[in-house]
Amino acid sequence: MSTVTEPQAADPQSGFSTTPGARSLRDAARAYGQKVRGGDVGALPAVAGLIALVIVFAALRPATFTTAFNVANLINQSAAVIVIAMGLVFVLLLGEIDLSAGFAGGTAAAVMGIFMTNRGLAWPLALALCLLTGVVIGTCIGLLVSYLGIPSFVVTLAAFLGLQGLLLVLIGEGGTIAYRNETVLSIMNNNLPVWLGWTIYVVGLVFYALMTFRRSVSRRKAGLTGDVLSVWAFKTAAMAVILGLATYYLSLERSKNPDVTSLKGVPIVVVVLLGLLIVLTFALTRTSWGRHVYAVGGNAEAARRAGINVAGVRMAGFVICSTLAAIAGVLLASRDNSVSPTTGGSSTLLYAVGAAVIGGTSLFGGKGRIVDAIIGGLVVAVIDNGMSLLNQSSGRVYMVTGLVLLIAASVDALSRRRAAATGRA
Amino acid sequence: MTTMSAPVSDRTAPLLSLRGVNKSFGAVDVLRSVDLDVRPGKVTALVGDNGAGKSTLIKGIAGIHTFDAGGYTFDGNPVTVHSPKDSNALGISVVYQDLALCDNLDVVQNMYLGRELRKARLLDEDAMEARAKETLSGLSVRTLKSVRQQVASLSGGQRQTVAIARAVLWNSRLVILDEPTAALGVAQTEQVLLLVRRLADRGLAVILISHNLTDVFAVADEIGVLYLGQMVAQFDAKSVTSNQVVELITGGRSGDLGLKRPEDTASAPATGTDAGVQS
Repeated sequence: MSTVTEPQAADPQSGFSTTPGARSLRDAARAYGQKVRGGDVGALPAVAGLIALVIVFAALRPATFTTAFNVANLINQSAAVIVIAMGLVFVLLLGEIDLSAGFAGGTAAAVMGIFMTNRGLAWPLALALCLLTGVVIGTCIGLLVSYLGIPSFVVTLAAFLGLQGLLLVLIGEGGTIAYRNETVLSIMNNNLPVWLGWTIYVVGLVFYALMTFRRSVSRRKAGLTGDVLSVWAFKTAAMAVILGLATYYLSLERSKNPDVTSLKGVPIVVVVLLGLLIVLTFALTRTSWGRHVYAVGGNAEAARRAGINVAGVRMAGFVICSTLAAIAGVLLASRDNSVSPTTGGSSTLLYAVGAAVIGGTSLFGGKGRIVDAIIGGLVVAVIDNGMSLLNQSSGRVYMVTGLVLLIAASVDALSRRRAAATGRA
Repeated sequence: MTTMSAPVSDRTAPLLSLRGVNKSFGAVDVLRSVDLDVRPGKVTALVGDNGAGKSTLIKGIAGIHTFDAGGYTFDGNPVTVHSPKDSNALGISVVYQDLALCDNLDVVQNMYLGRELRKARLLDEDAMEARAKETLSGLSVRTLKSVRQQVASLSGGQRQTVAIARAVLWNSRLVILDEPTAALGVAQTEQVLLLVRRLADRGLAVILISHNLTDVFAVADEIGVLYLGQMVAQFDAKSVTSNQVVELITGGRSGDLGLKRPEDTASAPATGTDAGVQS
């Protein structure tokens, strides 16, 4: 404990150790190992599962599964589910559920389509109206849940049915609303130029390195244990390697006929996903509002006694969820070039809930992170994608996805038990 | 009505002073003309059987209920306390029996819950962690391994410690502890009682509610006994024996202490609506 100067050093030996900082690489690894053995597994099972699934599918279908084309395709397939799952993380953190997020996205996308295609409104304005639709839906659900006290399961089940109907009314029986705007369509159909992909990679990495370095220095300055240089370097290097490989892979030529059309670069939607990941994670972990979300999910009564506006926090959770669903709706429409009465329907919402839970977000509230949505969403997409490459029927895909969700829930339950046994609860 | 029979030796000005406080819920008089003095630097224990009105009294002090009648003086000034916000503003904090902590947050996060320190609108984790550590070491808390532990992983005594330290962190002047040792083992009870003592030694006024007379005698400077909604006596803890307090709790009087006119109290019905002191 030599790096720590106790503010009131009556007995330096008794100073508290702090977990966020580690004094050496070995220390950090040991602390992490202890955490996992103690039952705090975080996203580890999901990451391990994702790696295992990729290895299995790569071994069974080396010619198709691991191609750059398929990897880019996989990202596009999972994007909308991931964005809905990000929104669901907020609601799940509060110990609530939103079953209507899928159709909220569809409805918002339909609103955008109506104004953009049918009325000829500029796409930024139409997008604003689309997001506003999400805000309105979330506000209605939030009011009913937090101020009227109706269980969110019932409210959002009603909203699920109602919005499904509204979507049908907006579009008209059997019809579709086409998306023709090039900018909006490019989100899911185009890629960044290779140079821009690498530029974003370098800028992002430097930013990450500087931020974490500054944090470690300021913690040590404040007399707390911050990461030492070796731990910081290891984290940054790991980040550089993983993101670098991904960028490299996505920058490969993946067109079957490169002479006719060239297809390479990071898909634009990846920028959207990373942007949301950073902004939402920041909101949850660095603002007092985010802290209050966790508090309400952990113990609403304690939060109330601490003077937190519990109803307001709940309300905001539903608004964010529906607004993110609206963004997901635009992604779905951009991918399909149109909005249909099933946009955001069928298994979209359930996949999104599954993604959040598989990633490590608890259905009981108070536990979860935004990155869970991305990891879980990728797991779901890999199963879907890999099994169809194996020529499996969609019936089997559903069964396997269900099984994986069940395994994820069991891991959560077992780690909770383990945690209770080791006194981490 | 004179129920304050044994004078308290210490006559320093009380921080909190209640005079003739009444509270009824519908037809039931829960508190009847209760007087209470709480002095800074002293632990005032509040004892009484179930239903004697202890919870109602502290909820009234904390502003969760409003007293129907009576004087509420804080630091020499008459005040009106209508909500928990009012009492917080005065520097009163209550550590409830069902600890108001969030299991999924760590010690620092719990201590600052609802009053997070911010720098440029963002959470200032470093300052919060440093000050939480400072407060805990100031209270000589040695049982916590790390201030970044999740509260769920703490023992009952440690959780109680965090809840109490939270009150200190917020510069409270009066800390009300509701059964702080009810669910604790022997060693943990010892630790929490030491902490209670330290709070008083730092000059805070402490109200301790407890069923356990051993704890009360171990730590309290003064004892107030509630019996069927009345404060039958408030006295120096050293001036009485445990047996006398038991008699006061169960029967409302003990020798010269407590309610007058034993015939009336003997006929008091168990409903608590009429203890027979008005006559």
